[in-house]
Amino acid sequence: MSNTSIKITSEKLSLEECYEFVTDDSCGGIVAFVGTVRDSTKSKDVTQLDFSTYKPMAIKEMQHIAEIAIKKFEIKKMAIHHAEGMLQIGDIPVIITVGAPHRKAAFEACEFAIDTLKETVPIWKKEYFSDGEVWVNAHP
Amino acid sequence: MNLKVLLFGIATDLIGEKSIFFSVTPSATVLEFKVLFQKKYPQLKEINSYAIAINESYASNETVLKENDIVAIIPPVSGG
Repeated sequence: MSNTSIKITSEKLSLEECYEFVTDDSCGGIVAFVGTVRDSTKSKDVTQLDFSTYKPMAIKEMQHIAEIAIKKFEIKKMAIHHAEGMLQIGDIPVIITVGAPHRKAAFEACEFAIDTLKETVPIWKKEYFSDGEVWVNAHP
Repeated sequence: MNLKVLLFGIATDLIGEKSIFFSVTPSATVLEFKVLFQKKYPQLKEINSYAIAINESYASNETVLKENDIVAIIPPVSGG
């Protein structure tokens, strides 16, 4: 049975699905990171976010992150699910869950996974404001 | 030789296409491709920086391109 669950979907992400995936009799702790859409950026009001992906490559990169995390930290399982398409304030763009025998490795692996995802996975978000829109990180 | 070039994020908006065919000399490197591509599409200079992926994996400037490679322009990512 696989110890990683990787998904990009335009449907609502399920924390329960990510949680269930990493449960294991050998694990003494589960850590979850849930990203949510914030209502402002640099003190400007955000109305919605549009996530686009290079899906086949993004899936490969997410799989790669999960496999590295399992090698690098003492963890058993990892799920990384990311949303695509238009999201509203409070919606969930990303969920990462980790199951590990001990909590410290689970916290570290979870932080490693979200930090690396933000650096390497080909996913882009466009922020919409009341007076326009902008691709995040695109300009100097 | 022909390459298929995929554009994402802001690059799609700047160039106005999601994918285009682009021709380079045989055995061109990624760096040579970038110079030629940016000459044809100078609007790419508006992006902070961008990476190149070949056939769904990140590539370095020295990587040599092959006929029918799928080259992706990867603007700074912002997932999560």
